[in-house]
Amino acid sequence: MTTRLFGEPIARREDPRLVAGDGRFLDDLGAGALAAAFVRSPHAHARIVDVDVAGALDVDGLVAVYTYEDLDGRVAEPLPLLIPHPSLHAPRTAHPLANGIVRHVGEPVAMVVAGDRYVAEDACDRVLVSYEPLPPVVGIDEALRAEHAVHDDVPDNVAAHMVQEVGDARAAIAAAPHRLELNLQIERSASMPLEGKGVYARWDAADRSLRVYSSTQTSTSVRMALAAKLGVPVDRVEVVAPDVGGGFGVKIVHPWPEEVLVPWAAIRLGREVKWVEDRREHFVSAAHERGQRHKVRVGFDDDGRLLGLEVEFLHDNGAYTPYGIIVPIITSTQLLGPYKPGAYRVEFRSLYTNTVIVTPYRGAGRPQGVFAMERTMDAIAERLGRDRAEVREVNFIRPDEMPYDHGLIFQDGRPLIYDSGDYPASLAKLKKLVGWEEFAAEREQARAEGRRVGIGLACYVEGTGVGPYEGAHVRVETNGKVVVATGLTTQGQGHETVFAQVAASELGVPVDDVSVVTGDTRRFKYAVGTFASRAAVMSGNAVALAARKVRAKALRIAGEALEVDPADLEVVDGVVRVRGVPDAEIPLATVAVLANPLRYAFDEQAKQATQFAVGGGAEVPPVADDDEPGLEAAGWYSPVRSTFANGVHAAVVETDPDTAEVRILRYCVVHDCGRLINPRIVEGQIHGGVAQGVGGALYERIVYDQHGQLLNASFMDFLMPYASEVPTVETDHLETPSPLNPLGIKGAGEAGVIPGAAVFAAAISDAEGLWIDRMPISPSELWELRRQKTPKGDA
Amino acid sequence: MAEDLHETRLVVNGVQHTVQVPARRLLADCLRHDLGLTGTHVGCEHGVCGACTVLVDGLPMRSCLLFAVSVDGAEITTTEGCRSADGGLGPVQRAFMECHGLQCGFCTPGFVTTVTAFIRDHPDPTEAEAREAIGGNLCRCTGYQNIVASVLRAAELVGEEGSGEPQGGAPVGREGSGA
Amino acid sequence: MKPPPFRYHRPSTVTEALAVLAEAGHDGKVLAGGQSLVPLLNMRLAAPGQLVDVNRLAELAYVRTDAEAVRVGALARHAEVEHDADTWEAVPLLRQALADLAHPTIRNRGTVVGSLVHADPSGEMPAVLALLGGVMELASDQGRRTVPAAEFFVGPLESALRPGELATAAVFPRPPARSGSAWREVARRRGDYALCGVGVLVTLDEDGRVRAARAACISVGPTPVLVDLAGAVGGRPHDAADWAAAGAVVAAAVDPEDDIHATAAYRRHLAGVLTARAGRAAAEQARQEGADG
Repeated sequence: MTTRLFGEPIARREDPRLVAGDGRFLDDLGAGALAAAFVRSPHAHARIVDVDVAGALDVDGLVAVYTYEDLDGRVAEPLPLLIPHPSLHAPRTAHPLANGIVRHVGEPVAMVVAGDRYVAEDACDRVLVSYEPLPPVVGIDEALRAEHAVHDDVPDNVAAHMVQEVGDARAAIAAAPHRLELNLQIERSASMPLEGKGVYARWDAADRSLRVYSSTQTSTSVRMALAAKLGVPVDRVEVVAPDVGGGFGVKIVHPWPEEVLVPWAAIRLGREVKWVEDRREHFVSAAHERGQRHKVRVGFDDDGRLLGLEVEFLHDNGAYTPYGIIVPIITSTQLLGPYKPGAYRVEFRSLYTNTVIVTPYRGAGRPQGVFAMERTMDAIAERLGRDRAEVREVNFIRPDEMPYDHGLIFQDGRPLIYDSGDYPASLAKLKKLVGWEEFAAEREQARAEGRRVGIGLACYVEGTGVGPYEGAHVRVETNGKVVVATGLTTQGQGHETVFAQVAASELGVPVDDVSVVTGDTRRFKYAVGTFASRAAVMSGNAVALAARKVRAKALRIAGEALEVDPADLEVVDGVVRVRGVPDAEIPLATVAVLANPLRYAFDEQAKQATQFAVGGGAEVPPVADDDEPGLEAAGWYSPVRSTFANGVHAAVVETDPDTAEVRILRYCVVHDCGRLINPRIVEGQIHGGVAQGVGGALYERIVYDQHGQLLNASFMDFLMPYASEVPTVETDHLETPSPLNPLGIKGAGEAGVIPGAAVFAAAISDAEGLWIDRMPISPSELWELRRQKTPKGDA
Repeated sequence: MAEDLHETRLVVNGVQHTVQVPARRLLADCLRHDLGLTGTHVGCEHGVCGACTVLVDGLPMRSCLLFAVSVDGAEITTTEGCRSADGGLGPVQRAFMECHGLQCGFCTPGFVTTVTAFIRDHPDPTEAEAREAIGGNLCRCTGYQNIVASVLRAAELVGEEGSGEPQGGAPVGREGSGA
Repeated sequence: MKPPPFRYHRPSTVTEALAVLAEAGHDGKVLAGGQSLVPLLNMRLAAPGQLVDVNRLAELAYVRTDAEAVRVGALARHAEVEHDADTWEAVPLLRQALADLAHPTIRNRGTVVGSLVHADPSGEMPAVLALLGGVMELASDQGRRTVPAAEFFVGPLESALRPGELATAAVFPRPPARSGSAWREVARRRGDYALCGVGVLVTLDEDGRVRAARAACISVGPTPVLVDLAGAVGGRPHDAADWAAAGAVVAAAVDPEDDIHATAAYRRHLAGVLTARAGRAAAEQARQEGADG
């Protein structure tokens, strides 16, 4: 009988409550709390002349109205710059309520607290704000032209300028037998989880302690930020991430203005306060991502081998930079994919505009980089008349070249060194899965029938499991149940299941005996958060390490109790037993009892651990110097650097010759994220990522007009795909374990979305014989492109 | 000036409730906050995402686009009402579990009610029909593939076990359902 | 996104409703299906002082077919009309177009008459009414009147309904014998507002030649655009008609606008393509009608 659960596609432990409607999402909590709502700027850029709250005070049920003038202490200061960087020479963050100036539509100007949300919105309508509109800066061109500035003291609108290079790319390109230059663009999109943000705060005046529930991806970091901002000692602040209805990156930013203001109001009012973001608010005051414009210059030889690659890109970071320049740094480094670039130079400018802030959305800059690289590969293949897969293969880093050092610094501040991966094998699998070799014939056949079909493929490498660390605590209770806690959070990744699988596998207990808590600072205080495809790697390993310590201690204690060498013991189904000796065993529950020397027995079981029952040497203390009571341990995993997953996607599309509609005929994924804790959960993550890739390639685009008004701030006009738009995904996988962590796993959370724009641009290009350099693309845009008959190849 | 309250009777998951609500109280908010049935979720408040979908007299409708007062007297079924008679998971809920048809779970209640009604009316759907049936509900996590599988599995389970007609009653006839 | 407060009326009879509406005047708005109105209220893009909930008016909850027409009462839900067997037999274009109207869940509550009054330039129902030459029946406490489709759709989201009036029914005339219809639409996502939609009605004579053909287009103008196709396909055998030419006529007749989803030129192009596709399908259906006798 085995209890090895690692690698098993077991059903999820969190599902029973979620399918039954017993989930506890933010708005399901705090039934008696007051409701907060915000007056938000209708202008993209304006000076606030006056805020008149008199009208709001008449609204029945109003409790309080606050403006910037009411903020005190550090709450009146700008929100923190989360990730400083030397290249981010002009960082700027917002105030929780606008301090005299608003810089994007949606920026909060006043907070209203009332009996319920309906009344709060009524009161918001009565707050009269007079603005003096200022010229808005919208789009990369305007930001560059710098006729107007988003921040007065950043006249060129450049927040950051960064160059990374290895070798002399310009010289290499100049000397190369062939050269190409490409101009490419990806438009802005957004994470858009089904549940928006939310904050619910309880201040206990007698105890002087604060508990905040937030729909966040990082409860531990929110805790630190709130303690700092509100002047409450850290040990008196607890932050809990409840069930969270999706994050996809947008909920890693913190503290949001509302995350500061709602607890602040709760303390001032001595009442529970809750804010539940509505959909319109989310569009205009959460975060967006993806908007970049690239210029690529590449030099290559007759085989398509890269000799020099120079990338210059512009990144629209919106009105503020709370998350620093992580997204463009990821673009800069992950653009390289599985290839050796020869000499490489990447330069970017991150620009301010009067729009919503730009922070990571699943993929976090990788989709843009992969788009640039993969379009370049396709262009090289086209120029040379070679197969697009062959051109890629020629440039692959080979397995025997691992670990491969690119000579650059990655988003974790550490060297970009690929640890493992077999790119040729991944590609070979993908080609087989999609029928790459046979496709040319299919394309011809379709053409003869008057149909247009095309195939595209795209490769990517994804740095996952970034540090600095995660930790976990594992405890065996005296009833034999195992309790696991880790500090990072969950938004649907099945952590209650996968971490239980890890713990159960390591300890040798049934998975049903293991419970897992995530994202609750009451249960685990040191953590970083869930983002960058890191949770399974980081907390998975931390759980394993903690569980191994617990197992070792259990075997030691059991060995003493059974009077055998711990090396002869095994744990199966929660029972510690001597290998090969059927009756010599002791339940883990009993070991847990014995692990805590007792004076007082609290039940029958506990009697075994009391001082007269246990005995033991009179010269030896009941708890040794280097030991602790209890069958529990904490484990920490801190990686020397990221571990690199990879994948290849292919799409087959058909375009309608008349309407230019795009139909996805097939979508194939080969991915390698090392060893899989739960294959079904990984596959689910890929399906979801692919759907967002489809969305980002064919449907989703955040559109601002020249006044900085968001034109599609609703689900009617920001087009997330329904089931009718998403294909069935065919997957296959490889497992090249990571040598960097004990479990050999790599992250998988973002894999599905990363090559979306690239693969669809390639497939549509192939079907149409047109060069696609800008995504997303709609049928209307494809039709207009047909009319212009842009030739394939260089500009 | 306080708002007028209207006495409104709703039979929710087979249980009669009477609430005093303002006319503008959305059914979604009434279910969630006045009746404490937080299983139904609110994702957009403009009728597109479907997370708020409940059955009204057996028909799927967006509870964010209904005023509670407007459906006074109706029989409402929420995801909580799709459990089995003994309080365990109903066949549709179990199917979602078996097929990994949910990740964050926020959109799931809208799918559960929609699928419950769909299978009642189409006990033996094809895969294409199953995908079409869920075509009005957004999910940001799953990419829909496992939800389609969940629909087919739910049809199997209902076929084997019987639907255990969800609390809230069968649909009234197609004509004249003014209320 | 919670609606602003309003005074709420829920009359039990049409007479009562008309009295309330008369009293409310400009301040009153009818709530039937609510699938268009409530989003506007939730977004606070509309703030009517009084809402008149007509969902209790059982006398208006019908869809009836007779020798002349399909008559749809104000409370007939899209789904009811879509699934009504008699309606399918009498005016198949209704089901054909309703299949593309939003999603089934919306159709369970939204009403055909409500859609017509809403007069969205992208609405399928106004085009269907216009194509068939139907009429709207309106009532107020001053009396009743009938407004033909051609006069009912005044502008984008603007109908000829006056303050204090209630639309009580829409009448969709049966097409002549040997007629066929089809609806073709392109939307960004399934169920979205159409980028362009075209309904075509074709009537054949005893020899199977096109006696009459016309198209109604949505999303290409402030109101449905009705185009007579007789010039392009009249007199031709049903299977040898130049539907592409009919499409060209329609493309020239429409005056669409650019928006974030599509250019005007693309919409114009779609109008032509979809007319040709719908025309071919309608002609084929007409042939089958004639064959079935």
